[in-house]
Amino acid sequence: MIDFLNSIIVLLNFIIIPGISYGSQLALGALGVTFVYAILRFANFAHGEIMSFGAMITILFTWFFQSQNIGLGILPTALLALPIGIIATIILCIISDKFVFQYYRYQKSVPVVLAMVSIGVMFVINAIIRIIIGTETIKFSDGQKFIMKAKQFKVMTGLNEGLALKSSQVITILITILLLTFTFWFLQKTKTGKSMRAFSDNEDLALLSGINPDRVVFTTWIIVGVLACVAGTLYGLDKSYKPIIYLNLVLPIFASAIVGGIGSPFGAVVGGYVIAFSEIMVTYAYKKFFVYLLPSSIEPTGLVQLLSTDYKFAVSFSILVIVLLIRPSGIFKGKVL
Amino acid sequence: MMKFERYEWLAITIMISLFIFVGFIQGWSVSLVILNMCIISAIMTMGVNISWGYAGVINFGVMGFLAMGGLAAVLVSYPPIAESWQVGGRGLGISFALLVVLVIAVMYINKTVIQKRNKYILNSLIIFFGILIIRHFYLNATHNIEDVNPAIAGFLGGLGLPIIFSWIVGGLFAAGIAFVIGKVALGLRSDYLAIVTLGISEIVVSVLKHEEWLSRGVKNVIGLKRPVPYEINLQNADWFINLVTYLNSSKLNNIIDVSDRQQVLNNLIIDGSGIFVKLSYAILFLIVMLIIFYFANKAQLSPWGRMMRAIRDNETAANAMGKDVVKQHLIIFVIGAAIVGVAGAMLVTLDGLFTPSGYRPLRFTFIIWIMVIVGGSGNNLGAIFGGFVIWFSWIEAAPITTFIINQLTIGLEPTNALKLHLLDSVPYFRYLFMGLILLLILRYRPKGIIPEKVRHS
Repeated sequence: MIDFLNSIIVLLNFIIIPGISYGSQLALGALGVTFVYAILRFANFAHGEIMSFGAMITILFTWFFQSQNIGLGILPTALLALPIGIIATIILCIISDKFVFQYYRYQKSVPVVLAMVSIGVMFVINAIIRIIIGTETIKFSDGQKFIMKAKQFKVMTGLNEGLALKSSQVITILITILLLTFTFWFLQKTKTGKSMRAFSDNEDLALLSGINPDRVVFTTWIIVGVLACVAGTLYGLDKSYKPIIYLNLVLPIFASAIVGGIGSPFGAVVGGYVIAFSEIMVTYAYKKFFVYLLPSSIEPTGLVQLLSTDYKFAVSFSILVIVLLIRPSGIFKGKVL
Repeated sequence: MMKFERYEWLAITIMISLFIFVGFIQGWSVSLVILNMCIISAIMTMGVNISWGYAGVINFGVMGFLAMGGLAAVLVSYPPIAESWQVGGRGLGISFALLVVLVIAVMYINKTVIQKRNKYILNSLIIFFGILIIRHFYLNATHNIEDVNPAIAGFLGGLGLPIIFSWIVGGLFAAGIAFVIGKVALGLRSDYLAIVTLGISEIVVSVLKHEEWLSRGVKNVIGLKRPVPYEINLQNADWFINLVTYLNSSKLNNIIDVSDRQQVLNNLIIDGSGIFVKLSYAILFLIVMLIIFYFANKAQLSPWGRMMRAIRDNETAANAMGKDVVKQHLIIFVIGAAIVGVAGAMLVTLDGLFTPSGYRPLRFTFIIWIMVIVGGSGNNLGAIFGGFVIWFSWIEAAPITTFIINQLTIGLEPTNALKLHLLDSVPYFRYLFMGLILLLILRYRPKGIIPEKVRHS
């Protein structure tokens, strides 16, 4: 029985909790990509950089607050700076729309052209970030680092295995729940949300019934800005902030959005968790888990690892390719908010 | 054969004069280094341009195909490591044979089992257990190989042939990978295809990074043989010394003192040997570029090129006229990738080393796409022009930015924090330039600087 509990704790500690927090970050990112895709109808390659930008502004203000000795006690100061980051990210989104994307929308350009344009935006934001904050790795989480340390847990329960709970993980999960609830409530219950859904379903019909497209697009960018900034900051808080990582993060985010069914917000969230869990589960070495579960005579000798952790990144893509082959529309039929 | 319009001549003149200008300002060595990379970039751009410009097939996997070309350069030119083959060859052979059996089994099941659910279940079972068995042999073999003298070897080595063959092999490697990707992904809509090719190229690079038995991974392969002479051999070759003496005879004759003259001559020989090597590279690359350019133009003007244009402009209509769109898309995707692969092998040849961790999408996929868009998709001269101009500005962005920042902050103290910070971030301004160039071109000249010629006949 104790062995069974121990094995469960191992899974919880190394797979489930990291999976949920990484998955939440991916889900928020994928939700942003899906919003752009459903309303503006293009694949936004700049999304990773928008996330990075939001995180950067948050970091700058975190530093400012820290220098003024303003803090939240046991909570990281970044939470205080987050609203400012969100506002800056929304402004960035709206500026990029006004000066870049709007023109092509009025021209009714094909999606590929808009994707190219978003690559241009990606380069520009990327450069701005690097010029402002450089390329160094930045750790900006302060406050209490752990809610529960592995040792405390061991003492508390008397089990062999520890269960560590980082405060950044708990914050990630809580904020994600909050944000997702709000987003879905907004889409289902408010008038603006309904008009957005109508717009993504059938643009012409929505225009005919008097929905103002500019307003819909404006609202979309606000939502995208909020989601991107929160996702970027949470990722930076949980791991550490490094500008180059966000470019690599674009691919798993796209994978999540497509696996879930691009254009479907619920699909994007599910896709985020699917990608996160498969990345972690495929590359985790299960030796410890089996050691507890199996009798010692048939204990595994190797690491019992499907793929080495080097391929963490490739896993999300293999899943993407497999899903596209078997079910091109994604798990949930996409296209409509 | 082909006639250039006046603005095309202008473009060619601009390209040539840029290099002459840099030659006089920053020295011929710098100019030739930039020229070599420009030519390679131009070849990559032509490869992407063939699939995107001719047929509208998007290829964001440039980085992966380049890496395959680079791998070819290693596998062709590096001398074979006999010991590695001894300890790991058999295991690798067995796992490869088993893999072939597995693939055949899966294909057989796909053909015979009709019910969809049974097919999936059988396939996943066979693949799962097949991989478990293969892993056993494979991991043993690779582990043994990586243990062979890890400081300098630790991989299988290559064939030990002249590296110039790898340019063709690199094309074939890239074409092979492209064939598989194309089979899997070409049915997808264009933006999905972009993401999938981007992802697969990441997978290719991560395999090269981590499969050390094959490519030495992040430990890099250095000291690849050159197709051109080494500087040190040139400096001791009589004909080269005579050549340098002859070229600089007027300058040398002015110096009366013998030891002074010898000193000047020695410096000239050292400089000259570097320039000679770079010039030989440039000539080799130029030949390849012109061959590809010639055939790409020929193909574009041929009935096949017309068919491609028809498919690009209206897929449905071309399909209705009896053209096999899927097959032609696959063909053009493979051809484009092969050309990129050639460029990848040339890149590694020029550097003399293979660094898998150096392949990053920003540098090797997106910049190439900017070259295509800026130059003019559908026009090969435009592709070359884009490759030259963008690479040139990529390199020259840093000195120009330094100059501009110094001019703008001329009133500030030299120790001013803002000034120092800006000067520190000079390398990042090139991304800003690239993004702005792309955005401006897409906005005001969406067909590129040298647009595709519309032929009415």
